[in-house]
Order: sequence, then C-alpha cells, then structure tokens
Amino acid sequence: MRWRETAVPLAIFLALAAAPFLGFGQGHSLTLLARAMIFGMAAISLSLIVGGAGLISLGHAAMLGVGAYAVVVLDHARITEAWMVIPIAIAASAAFAAVTGAIAIRTSGVHFIMITLAFGQMAFFATSSLAIYGGDDGYTLYSRTELFGSRALEGRLFFHFTCLALLILCWGLVQALLLSRFGRVLRAISENETRARAVGFEPYRYRLVAYAIAGAIGGLAGVLLANGTEFVAPAYLTWQRSGDLLFMVILGGTAGPHGALMGALAFILIEEWLAHLTEHWRLIFGPLLILCVYFLRGGIAGLPRRG
Amino acid sequence: MNATLLFVQALNGLQFGILLFLIAAGLTLVFGVMDFINLAHGVQYMVGAYLGATLAAWTGSFWLGLLLTLPATLGFGLLLEFLVFRHFYDRDHLSQVLATFGVILFLNEGVRVVFGTAPLQMPMPELLSGGVTVMDGLLYPTYRIAILAVGLATAGLLWFLVERTRAGMLVRAGASNAPMVSALGVDIRRLFMLVFGFGAMLAGFAGALATPILSVEPGMGDTPLILAFVVIVIGGIGSIRGAFLGALLVGLVETLGRGLMPDLMRLVMDPSAARQTGAALASMLVYIVMAAILTFRPAGLFPARR
Amino acid sequence: MAELLLELRNLRKSFGGLVVTDDVSLDLRQGEIHALIGPNGAGKTTLIHQISGTLAPDSGHVIFAGEEVTRLSMARRARRGLARSFQITSIVAGFSAIENVALAVQARSGSSFRFFRPVGTEASLNGQAMEALAEVGLEHRAAAPAAVLSHGEKRQLELAIALAMQPRLLLLDEPLVGTGAEEAERLIRILGGLRARYGILLIEHDMPAVFALADRISVLAQGRVIATGTKDEIRANPIVRDAYLGEEEA
Repeated sequence: MRWRETAVPLAIFLALAAAPFLGFGQGHSLTLLARAMIFGMAAISLSLIVGGAGLISLGHAAMLGVGAYAVVVLDHARITEAWMVIPIAIAASAAFAAVTGAIAIRTSGVHFIMITLAFGQMAFFATSSLAIYGGDDGYTLYSRTELFGSRALEGRLFFHFTCLALLILCWGLVQALLLSRFGRVLRAISENETRARAVGFEPYRYRLVAYAIAGAIGGLAGVLLANGTEFVAPAYLTWQRSGDLLFMVILGGTAGPHGALMGALAFILIEEWLAHLTEHWRLIFGPLLILCVYFLRGGIAGLPRRG
Repeated sequence: MNATLLFVQALNGLQFGILLFLIAAGLTLVFGVMDFINLAHGVQYMVGAYLGATLAAWTGSFWLGLLLTLPATLGFGLLLEFLVFRHFYDRDHLSQVLATFGVILFLNEGVRVVFGTAPLQMPMPELLSGGVTVMDGLLYPTYRIAILAVGLATAGLLWFLVERTRAGMLVRAGASNAPMVSALGVDIRRLFMLVFGFGAMLAGFAGALATPILSVEPGMGDTPLILAFVVIVIGGIGSIRGAFLGALLVGLVETLGRGLMPDLMRLVMDPSAARQTGAALASMLVYIVMAAILTFRPAGLFPARR
Repeated sequence: MAELLLELRNLRKSFGGLVVTDDVSLDLRQGEIHALIGPNGAGKTTLIHQISGTLAPDSGHVIFAGEEVTRLSMARRARRGLARSFQITSIVAGFSAIENVALAVQARSGSSFRFFRPVGTEASLNGQAMEALAEVGLEHRAAAPAAVLSHGEKRQLELAIALAMQPRLLLLDEPLVGTGAEEAERLIRILGGLRARYGILLIEHDMPAVFALADRISVLAQGRVIATGTKDEIRANPIVRDAYLGEEEA
C-alpha cells in the first residue's frame, strides 16, 4: 500500500502543474482548480485531526474562516504584505484552534463533535456581527496579498502555482508529521488510547498540538481562499462547510493525507459537475453522500483493496 | 433598559428555551438510547413547520393543522428512520454524522424546490392573537404565553412517559445498557423506532408551534439544531432533566444576552463601539457559557448514568 | 532486606453499593514475585487498575518506591516505572511488533514533540526495542503487523512492551490466559528470568505456574485480602483451602 501514499499525490501534483498548459488555462477552469487545491489543503489539515488523532471535528471551517478574516482585518488596516499577512493569519487560526481545542479535547466522542460544531458556529456568528467588516454581507478586499510589494498573486498562473506549491508543502508536512515521533504517538493514541497511556503518554497534549497544527494549516488555506475570490464572508464559516470538509476526508479515506487530497478533488469536481446539471444539485448530492458513506468504508484511497 | 423590558426579554427567553427543549428532548433520547448522532433532527423541526403551515392552509384551521402535524411528522420521522437512519445504527459516529448531513442537504433543497426560497408567513390564530396584561402597562402576546404553557405541559407529559411508564422505563434502561434490554427479550429495533418517531414528532411539533412567530424558510432548522446540541452538551447527554434545564438556560442566555450586552458595553465604551462589541459578544455568549460549564463539568450538568 | 517497591494502604473502592476493594493493604519488594490469586470476581483486576491509575480508589494510598502516587495519572505512573499488561491483550494492532515496542522506548527517551524526522529511522529506539523483543523470544517476528500475531505471541509482545519501558515494577494481569501449553511454558521461563531485575505483581489462575514463580502469595476474596504468605503457608492455610484452593482441586 505504501506506494500509493506517495505515487497518487505525485501524479495529482503533476497533473495540476500541467493543467494550465493542457487546455485548462481559462479563467473558469483555473478558478475551479484553485478552489480544489485550497480545499485540498483544508481537507489535509482536517485529516490530521480525524485520521491522525481520531477526533471528529465538525467545526473546521472556522479555522479557514479565522485565516480569511485575519486577511480582512489586515486589509482594512492596509497591511497586505505576505510576510506579515501569512504569519499573522496562521498564528490567529492556530491560537483559535488551541483555545477552543483546549476545551473540546477534554471531551471525546460525540461530545467532541458537538462542541467543535458549537465553536464553529460561535465563530460564524462573531464574524456576522462584525459590522465594520461588512457583517453578513462580507468584505471585498482592497487588494490581494502582495509579495515584497509586488502584486504577483494577481496573475492567474502565479496564483495557481502558489496554491500548488503550498498544497505540496502541506501534504509533505502532514505526511512527515505522521511518520515522526509525534505522529507515532498520535497514531497510537487514536488506535489504542489505553495502551498509549500505559506506556506513559498523556493523550491530551498530543491531541491539542495536532489540533493547533491543523488549525494553522487551515488558516493558511483561509488566506488563499480570501485571495482567490478577493472577498470574505461569514458564509465561509458555516457549519455546512465544515460538513463538506469532513465529507472530503471520508470520501478520500482517513488513512493519510493522500486520501484527503483525493477526496477534496473528487468532491469539488462532483459538485461542479452536478451544479452544471441542475440548480438543485443538492437533491442529488445529499443522497450521493449517504450512499458514499454507506458503501465506501475505506474511502477512495481504500478502493482497490476490496474484492 | 428598564425592568419591564427585562421582564419581557426573560419571558421571550423562557419561551425560546421551551421550543429548544422540544427539539433537544428527542435529540438527547435518540442519542442516549441508540448512541446515534442525528444532525438531521433540525430539519425535522423545519419539516414540522412546513407541514404545519401547509396543513393549516389546507384545512383552513391553525388548530387542525397543528393537530394533524403530529401524525404527519411522526410518519415522516419513521420514513426517514426506515430509509436512512436504521442502516447506520451499527456504524461509527463519523458515518452517522455524514449520513444525516446528507439528509439535511437533501431536505433543505427539497423544501426549496417544493415551497420556494421565500419565507412563508403564518397568520396568528385569531383566538390567541391578542395580548395579556402581565404587569401594569405591559401587554404580552397571548400566543407566546400559550407556547410557554404548551411547552411546559409537553415537558410534564414527557417526564411522565419516561419516568412512570413501562415504555419509558425501557427507554431509560436502553440509554444506560442497550444489550441488557435486548437480553430481556425486548425488540430493541422497535424501541429504537418508537423513540425515533417520537423525537421527530416533538421536533416537528415545536416547528409547527413556532410558525406564527417565526418565518418558515429553508434551513430554518440549522440554528436550532446547533443550539439543541449545546443544550444537551450542557445538560448531559441522555438526560431529559438536563435537556430541560439546559434549554431554559440557553434560551435565557441567548435572549437576554442580545438585549443586555450592548447596554452593558456602553458602560465601558462609546455607543457605536458598544453596539458592535455588544452584538458580537451576545452572539458568542451561549458558546462561552457552554465552554465555561464544560471546563468544570466535561460530562455536562446532569450526566445520565451510564 | 530488599527495598520496598510498592505499598498499598487501606485501599477501598466501591461501585454503587458493591464493594470491590475492601481495605486492601499489601506490599511488594524489589526482586520479588508476589502473586495475587482468588476466584473470579474477587476484585483482582480492579486492584491492578487502582495501582496502575486506570481507576482512582475511594480512599487509601498507593505508594510506589517511597512516593505517593494515588492521585497521579496512568501515564505519569508509567513514566515513574510502573508497567502493566492487560487481561485482554492491549496492543496497537495497526503497528508492527517492533513499532509497538519502540513506542514504549520512545516514551522514556527524549521528547516526543519532534515533528519531522521519520521515527522509523531512529536506530537507538529500534535497537532497544529489538532487545526487548529478543528478551521475550519474539525478535523473529519484529516486522510482522501486530494484528497477525498468534495469541501467545501477542502476550509475549505485551510483555516486551512492558520491559521496554525499563520499569521497576511489572503488573501482570493473567499473562498466561489463553496460551497453549508450550507458549505458557515459555512465558513462565521468561517471567522466572525477570525476577532479579523487577518487582512483579502477578495475577494468575494457573496454579502450577503461580506456585512455580511466586515468592509470596496473597489471596483475595470478595475484595478483601484473606491471607498473605509464602507458598507453604498459603498451601497450609485452612481458610484459603476452603475459600479457594479446595474448589480448584475438587
């Protein structure tokens, strides 16, 4: 199975790198691909919590939201330099994850699901009531994030490859993390918590750190999300968005970041395709989701193993 | 803000809490008895509201509509149980979360297709359209008082059913030890169906009851669902008493917070900043209260014995 | 006399109205195998849970190497040198045998908040894990996924995990249960060889094994210690014969 963990992502990265030169270079295709890559990052970060730490978070959209709103707050103050924006956004979402996680991780199972959902909703309502940043209506950025004062990110291709580079970075980071000392403890905790305690590990600390790291990566995805649309709204933080992210992870499989990556791409493509068919695509998507969960127990990543 | 207004806000809070209780009661029982996490419980509230509105329009009577909503939402709940939920009882929470999330996507969109996106407004039933003088110079809408009364009566009935009847005893036993109840020769699947249908009916009833004071629209069940989750997390999962007290607490905090926060903030900052900060804080208050409670009691205030 | 390693003072625990640990006092010295026997439901595993930190006693004290550990978490007690095996084998099924053991080595050697270096390449972790595996005779299965090991091999693996923690005290909860005659014999030989380096508190139903290994035996019935003594004393004790040994032999 090992080859699939690296071969599949590498093939996907190559395809994404080649896509603009293979007839997917128009605005709409690039927007779609950027969206897929950004959600790929978000799903990878969520998979670290779900697959790595064995915790089901239904509030992950808030991590992206905090990252995106950090861009908004800085933009409002006319700070757009990437070397300011990105670290601050990442720190903000990691801090949000650490504070909410410190409470949520004291619980487990269904409590954890509900509490993360509640904190996600809290973030949603908080952003909705921020009238200076547009409240419910959202906020249009004055400008995209700048690199050393250059507006390079406004170039479609440049943005595409920035997303790709960061996606690869996140995938590599999570992959390395899972194989490190820390990752081994995390995997042991999620599979057999009692055993991990019995050899001397306190699960709480490892889970909390994983949760904060996932929050940080989610925040980075949020920065890109804000830049991709040059617009940020509370709608980015709805709990349905968290549900979508969770579905991406399950659709791909929780065995590692490669699953989340595949799941996110599949999700965005299915969504796009269905939305082309009918305005009421959720009528199809909902039942499709149920069937996927029912039949695809190991996710897409586990498919060839069956039979 | 003066005392009268505060009193009105408190009444509104209690009434909102009662509605939340009707939703949370089913949710906590379904979870307690079946270990099944049902995100689609909120859409059952929405379906109840739509069915109530439709049946009222169809029969020409709000009361008949409300009455007919009970069997209709019961049937709808059982149908969902048969089509979707029962296939996920044995699966992990993650699968249950996603499957019921799929149900939400479908039903929210389905309602949009059938009824359109525009909110439906229900007229107040004539009998209760007036107000009651609850205090000198204070007229409080009769209908809201009726909701309070009906809700309290339902809570009492529920308490009686769960604590004093054989079916209730089985439900309580099932909540603490399902295999044991099954070993006693009780058909646990039928018990599950019963609890499920009943929970759906309560949520639907709450939805229909709320039609004259809320706008009926797609997605209207989502926010109450999440607040109901907060309620049962605060109250302790599986506990009816916890759900009741948790619901009243959440209702009061949510309503009073929105009323009071901006005023409180005005004590320390200028009016426009106070309005903003107050509004932001008020919307977060319920979750902050939840976090505070969980910090000291991770299993909630009244955890059901497991 | 050897150092006092573990001391239980007046431990009490009840679930609802049921008293499962009733004023238990017990001690164990360095280099000693102290066996805990008693009929099913006597409260042996509950007692191990209270010593290892899975359960908190209602009252009483657990003193380990001169330090009160009654309120410490299981993980903290483990890091102080208290290792346990479980009645129902508890291993990380998705890990290989050696990774299960290396996890235990890792817990006591350096920080586990290291995020980038692949842990599989850490020679010192793997080396020490291999030593522990060799000690229980499982080195030839090091690369096998833990899930595919035989029942006896899983018991050996669990023992290797405990040894890899370099503990001072081993709490072994029925290490022989479910093993075949040959595997049991090997485990008994291994346990006998460990005696010099650790204190061992052994719960076991296999009486020949208990009498072959133990220096002292305590008999637990209905949550209470009804007798403690050497093998001969226990064999000769009429109360024990009535309460426990008699029915075994009948």
